[in-house]
Amino acid sequence: MSDEYYLELSENPVQFENASSVNNVFFDEANKQVFAVRSGGATGVVVKGPDDKSSVAFRMDDKGEVKCIKFSLGNKILAVQRTTKSVDFMNFIPDYPHLEFSHECKTKNANILGFCWTNWNEIVFVTDQGIEFYQVLPDKRTLKLLKSQSINVNWYMYCPETAVLLLSTTVQGNVLQPFAFKSATVSKMSKFEIELPAVPKPAKLSLSERDIAVATIYDQLYVMYLKHHSRSTNSPGAEVVLYHLPREGTCRKTHVLKLNTTGKFALNVVDNLVVVHHQSSQTSLIYDIKLRELDGALNVHQPVLPARSINPYKIHLTGPAAAPSQAPVPCELYSSSWSVFQPDIIISASEGYLWYLQVKLQPTLNLLQDKGKLMDFLLRRRDCKMVILSVCSQMLTGGDKGNLSVVATVFDKLNQVYKEYLDAEQAYTAAMESGPSRSSTSYKRPVRTQAVIDQSDMYTHVLSDFTEKKGVKHKFIIAVLMEYIRSLNQFQIPVQHYLYELVIKTLVQHNLFYMLHQFLQYHVLSDSKPLACLLLSLESTYPPAHQLSLDMLKRLSTANDEIVEVLLSKQQVLGALRFIRSVGAHDNVSARKFLDAARQTNDTMLFYTIFRFFEQRNMRLRGNPAENIREHCEEHVAYFKQVFGENALMKQATA
Amino acid sequence: MLMISPRMASGMQEKQYTPSLLSFFIYNPKFGPREGEEEKKILFYHPIEIEKNEKIRNVGLCEAIVQFTRTFSPTNPAKSLHTQKNRQFFHEAEENYWMVMVVRNPMVEKPNKDGKPPTVEYQEEEIIDSVYGSVLQQCYCMYKLFNGTFSRAFEAGGVELLTQKLEKFFYRYLQTLHLQSCDLLDVFGGISFFPLDKMTYLKIQSFVNRVEESLSLVKYTAFLYNDQLIWSGLEQDDMRILYKYLTTSLFPRHSEPELAGRDSPLRPEVAGNLLHYGRFLTGPANLKDPDAKFRFPRIFVNTEDSYEELHLIVYKVRERVNVMDLNREFCEQLDSLVGPQLTLLASDICEQFNINRRISGPEKEPQFKFIYFNHMNLAEKSTIHMRKTASVSLTSVHPDLMKILGDINCDFARVNEDEEIIVKAMTDYWVVGKKSDQRELYVILNQKNANLIEVNEEVKRLCATQFNNIFFLD
Repeated sequence: MSDEYYLELSENPVQFENASSVNNVFFDEANKQVFAVRSGGATGVVVKGPDDKSSVAFRMDDKGEVKCIKFSLGNKILAVQRTTKSVDFMNFIPDYPHLEFSHECKTKNANILGFCWTNWNEIVFVTDQGIEFYQVLPDKRTLKLLKSQSINVNWYMYCPETAVLLLSTTVQGNVLQPFAFKSATVSKMSKFEIELPAVPKPAKLSLSERDIAVATIYDQLYVMYLKHHSRSTNSPGAEVVLYHLPREGTCRKTHVLKLNTTGKFALNVVDNLVVVHHQSSQTSLIYDIKLRELDGALNVHQPVLPARSINPYKIHLTGPAAAPSQAPVPCELYSSSWSVFQPDIIISASEGYLWYLQVKLQPTLNLLQDKGKLMDFLLRRRDCKMVILSVCSQMLTGGDKGNLSVVATVFDKLNQVYKEYLDAEQAYTAAMESGPSRSSTSYKRPVRTQAVIDQSDMYTHVLSDFTEKKGVKHKFIIAVLMEYIRSLNQFQIPVQHYLYELVIKTLVQHNLFYMLHQFLQYHVLSDSKPLACLLLSLESTYPPAHQLSLDMLKRLSTANDEIVEVLLSKQQVLGALRFIRSVGAHDNVSARKFLDAARQTNDTMLFYTIFRFFEQRNMRLRGNPAENIREHCEEHVAYFKQVFGENALMKQATA
Repeated sequence: MLMISPRMASGMQEKQYTPSLLSFFIYNPKFGPREGEEEKKILFYHPIEIEKNEKIRNVGLCEAIVQFTRTFSPTNPAKSLHTQKNRQFFHEAEENYWMVMVVRNPMVEKPNKDGKPPTVEYQEEEIIDSVYGSVLQQCYCMYKLFNGTFSRAFEAGGVELLTQKLEKFFYRYLQTLHLQSCDLLDVFGGISFFPLDKMTYLKIQSFVNRVEESLSLVKYTAFLYNDQLIWSGLEQDDMRILYKYLTTSLFPRHSEPELAGRDSPLRPEVAGNLLHYGRFLTGPANLKDPDAKFRFPRIFVNTEDSYEELHLIVYKVRERVNVMDLNREFCEQLDSLVGPQLTLLASDICEQFNINRRISGPEKEPQFKFIYFNHMNLAEKSTIHMRKTASVSLTSVHPDLMKILGDINCDFARVNEDEEIIVKAMTDYWVVGKKSDQRELYVILNQKNANLIEVNEEVKRLCATQFNNIFFLD
């Protein structure tokens, strides 16, 4: 059962002092820092970030209740909001005055709802009447207004990854106005409307910020809207509606995630998966917007996997209250004190923990029966390689009926990704070779993700073990290997020699030589010198391998020397000579090799013929029949004289 | 090099008789070793009408000849006996089981003047031993394919069962022997392979594997297209005889104009309900028929070791499978699984076929014809033979030329080395035989006033174009 939990909390949470009457806790999504402010800062502010470097502790004067507190990027400047009118700043840059300075919002009668750092020294104030974009000048301890915009704001939401600020406007609050920030500039993006399930009368604020989240999924920015179940529509449960927010162009509703239930939900995005937590059932669902359902133009998605709880988590009690031997206590999951932040953060303020939510891929193996779909799912995950390989191993040893077609589908999916990578790599290499002059910046070296499973991965982790497994029918082994080769061929990926070797080894082991012969006959195993040599080595057990090997060497057309060697080793001296003559290389071959072979046959007539051939060749090339023969082949000349007499030697032309 | 002077047929009102089967018998000397029991040796005798004593005499003669020649060559006794009127072929198919075929020599009947009976001239040199020797061996292989070995039948039911089986099989089979059209191809017993690109071939592989996986009753699969083999899961020797059966007997009986175009309507009652063009060539003609009989011919393979008995299912869009045990459910399953996929594959292959034809298409009839055979994989290719039909295999060249081919083949068989033989035949024909390693190539050229060198060059060119991807010494 324990291997069914596919979501888990990070092993090493960020720990901080839990929220209490004297300790206020704030979270900054941009720097992922937790601020524990004791007594308004007078007794200390402890900042805990994802790593020790971003953790800071300091003290500040208690000037009233802190509403919001955030560092600028890189912990350079601290901003604290204590009133609805102004924000206070403190320099954290070494050598700069540490004194606080304050800035009031420009718009009269406006209330500051909050602020966001968009850079180490750029900040935007969000008021109920618009936004004010400032540059902070820490040395002068003042702010410079860069831009302001008037607009009625109900609430706001900021996505630090993309520096996009989302404002809720209009009475109902369902018209969202996004702004994008980039080094001292702000650009207004086109606004869009969230479709509400029911329009209230009279009009009142109907869209709460609790139901909106912003996150990047597959490198695209999405606004996620949690659309609660309403009795007026016939939907059986709540939905998450995704609006795609492109840099340019209009925002469009693109995906609908069916939750099939009602109640309180929270959203996270982990590894490009949308995670929906359901509090009352204490379970979570995951959705992959790239998994296609066959449902119309708008992508309606069902959960990828059945609902499961987050993996149970135990807290190791520390501090003076805990005895060292005390067993860890189970942590209450889906607690009402949890706060969820984008993309993957869960904070329990009452217990003082910040976790990152993580997806475990191994359990999906057993939860998703459709192997094709499982592969689609896994190939898009970050740490997928070993899991994919274990899916492959599992499906090969599972022994279900109709398995081969599943195997084929899986191989095709893997090789598609593999091929895309190879193509990208090739295009990159080609672009580099053609010179960096032509927009070299646009060509980034393609990143090899874990989803690229190449032939050597398959060979080492899956196929070589599989072929040696006892109890698997050899028929199935061969079918699987052929299926893999078929898939590679289908994607025009050159097959590596070791795969052919594996096929041949398996066939030979089971005496399936006729099968091997047919494969070679149809060139299923591509020609290569190593393969030809492997075939030669099989000759003693399967004589036709000799012919197959020679044919292959012939087709390679770069292996003439090898052919001569093979023929000579078979004492086919004349054949070797005729072959080398037919390819026009007889002027360059070593006479000695042929004479040696001819001597071994003990056929004096053959020896005579060969000897005479080289005499004639030398005559033709150098006008001297003996030159080359005498140089390296004294013993053969002597033998020739002994057998046929001195007079039989060809006379030098006397011109 | 060997030169033969052209030899022409002459005479106008002569009547030519082709070689024909005189008798065919099977005996086992161990079954009637004592005098007076000779008849027991005879397991099968054709023609059946022959008088008992003559049968005994003929069998006795064969036995004697084999026994006599064994004293000179214990392992390799006589294979044939040449007489003026006929020729006898001996074949020890299994230990002590002898098969004998007696073929009447071809003869010419010359009418005589003044009412005398015509003179008959036997052409005793026209028959080639290797051709008819192979035909006899084929008879045994075909019997074995459908009935298993002699000895198994004897073990199972004694002489009685064996003779019963022999009679049942050979009574019909001998009628299908067409001795007049036997030639070199019978010696080879080759298989014609369908040329195919790697990808389509791999798809077929994948298809065959899936069928065998999901229908576990299917033991072996062979895949043919247009009478040509693409894949065989059976071992070579079994495939060789099965291929012979399929291409010369089963397919011609069911032949349809399918290559003319795939739009020819196949059995409407099948095509109407199922969206594919598959049907069974053995077993039920129509699956929808409630009275359909689900009986398939049995075949025996791997008789040397595992001795498997299988059912032969020939399922056609263009394919065939072998299986073990069958019923309606199985057939329907096979039909629904194999039919649609196969229809798809067939169109892939058909495309390939058209490409092949286009490549070779624009060339006009070449000046040469050839037969190619590879002993290693039994691959055979002939541009001399027309499509085989159930009754005869038609050749497009004069029988005399075929005879020369047969003679060259005999010469090749005698020695183990690579050879080349060029023969000048009658009327501008040249016949060239080449043997390289395990491959044989026979070319018939018709070039006016060609000399030896030109012919040699021409054959070299042929090899370079047609056989450039194999190792073939010139």
